[in-house]
Amino acid sequence: MNKFNVLDLWYSSPLVTLVVTGLVLLVLEGFRRKSQRMAFGVSAAGIIIAIGLTIVTYGENQPAFNNTFLQGTFGSFFSFVFLAAGLLSLILSREYLERLNIHRTEYYALVIFAIVGMMLMASAIDLVVLFLGVELMSLCLYVLAGFMRTRVTSNESALKYFLLGAFVTGFLLYGIALLYGTTGTTNLVTIGKNFEAYSGNAVFLLGVGMVMMGLSFKIAAAPFHLWAPDVYEGAPTSVTGFMSTAAKAAAFAAFITVFLRTFEFAGTKVSEILAILAAVSMMIGNIAAIAQNNVKRMLAYSSVAHAGYMLTGIAAGNEEGQIGIMFYLAAYVFMNLGAFSIVSLVEGQNDTRLSFDDYSGLSKQQPLLAALMSVFMFSLAGIPPLAGFFGKYYVFLAAVKADLTWLAILGVLTSLISVYYYLRLVVLMYFRDGEAQVAAKPSLGTIVAISLAAFLVLQLGLYPSLVVNIARGGF
Amino acid sequence: MLESYIPIFMMLGAAALFGLVMVKLNEWLGPRRPSAEKLSTYESGMEPVRTARERFSIKFYMVAVLFIIFDIEVVFLYPWAVAFNELGMMGFVTMFVFILILLVGYFYVWRKGALEWD
Repeated sequence: MNKFNVLDLWYSSPLVTLVVTGLVLLVLEGFRRKSQRMAFGVSAAGIIIAIGLTIVTYGENQPAFNNTFLQGTFGSFFSFVFLAAGLLSLILSREYLERLNIHRTEYYALVIFAIVGMMLMASAIDLVVLFLGVELMSLCLYVLAGFMRTRVTSNESALKYFLLGAFVTGFLLYGIALLYGTTGTTNLVTIGKNFEAYSGNAVFLLGVGMVMMGLSFKIAAAPFHLWAPDVYEGAPTSVTGFMSTAAKAAAFAAFITVFLRTFEFAGTKVSEILAILAAVSMMIGNIAAIAQNNVKRMLAYSSVAHAGYMLTGIAAGNEEGQIGIMFYLAAYVFMNLGAFSIVSLVEGQNDTRLSFDDYSGLSKQQPLLAALMSVFMFSLAGIPPLAGFFGKYYVFLAAVKADLTWLAILGVLTSLISVYYYLRLVVLMYFRDGEAQVAAKPSLGTIVAISLAAFLVLQLGLYPSLVVNIARGGF
Repeated sequence: MLESYIPIFMMLGAAALFGLVMVKLNEWLGPRRPSAEKLSTYESGMEPVRTARERFSIKFYMVAVLFIIFDIEVVFLYPWAVAFNELGMMGFVTMFVFILILLVGYFYVWRKGALEWD
């Protein structure tokens, strides 16, 4: 106990950098009234330094902080994903926030602290630290969802998210308490070592079920998805983009840590439950998305469906599944963030111009934006040369290897359904005449950032082995 | 492992029973001579003016939220102070960082004017 290693600080240096950045932002806001522009620079610099440190510290697994924190390839991979998503989302949200008059320093501080929570979730090997990460992330997101204080929809979104999230936190915490009650430790490595001894214990399984519920809520898997459409619709679009990508990736990192790296449930009843969760998510998400007329709601249901595809990898319970999810998440973060950023460009004041019809004829007015949006839509639908296809390919392959062929078939069938609503947007943009317009002319920085996201989607699709190798732990 | 919780449950049960018995005994045995003064709401000796079920200023919420945060800080400091000798330098530095973070929060709250009543 209480041994302090200076190396621990080095392993957690990306986290420490971000915490310091967040605190600096708060002090900055205390000193100066109009600190937004400076805040953007400070937070971007902090994230870039953290990305650098993540790359430098990438290496073999090293436990730190009394075996509660694992510095290693898994945590570094996810930290990189969160940081990249955070940076992209900050660049893309600046103009949107200015336009809607909610450009404040607190926005940056909250995003930074949310990323800290996410990185903690990905690097934790102790249930308490994992929980701490979940809460830190969620608290920041609750506030961000209601960031547009004067708009009723934003308030509704924050309140729904907070009440349901707090309720589910109770389940998660009770599950952790039951796991502690049966195993006598919160350390995941220790639990994993003695897993055989507990795997038949009813109280232990109850705890596993509750943890599963808590995390399923965070990834918005059906039947725990009901908050997602309302929250995603009401929150400011830039927040929705961040929430549906980075936060989902973080929740999946926690899911993988607990269910793939600690427990070994492959081929048992628990993995059957996970498979059912995946199947239900894929069906509900994709079928409900067809009926939506609001693009944000459509993307919300599509994110439920994507949670289902990724859960397939967890149900498979093998290493291919884990690698598949990690690749899928890396791809998903960029394609969904890109899609939401274009939605935020088209969106007008007071929740206007969010329906499908507002996109008709966009290719005439904004050919570049329409083309980029099509790339993201094709990728989300899983059309081959793009990253979304390989994400699905890897997780379905893992499912087939784990004798869950029915789940893989269901996944392919439901992705077929999804092609309808993704391509509907593309058809509207290109083959309908309409009055589509963007709220404001996007700046060069925004265009470059969206193009970068599209480029990464293409790049990951053409060279999937690039990310797969990093996910496997070899550079 | 779970057996070690049995004393706790027994303790909880005994406490609940004791509380219930005491309240009920009081009700059965105690004399009752109600008067208008006795039945009115107790407000530390002040005359009750009107109902308490009304809207009040959001400033109170702000004070309540800030109170909770800094109250928890103090609660956190107690066990640390008790175990200070065993925790050593590591404990000192950790608590220093903790207080520093809270100080930044305090500074932010102060500069934002959350501590001003008007």
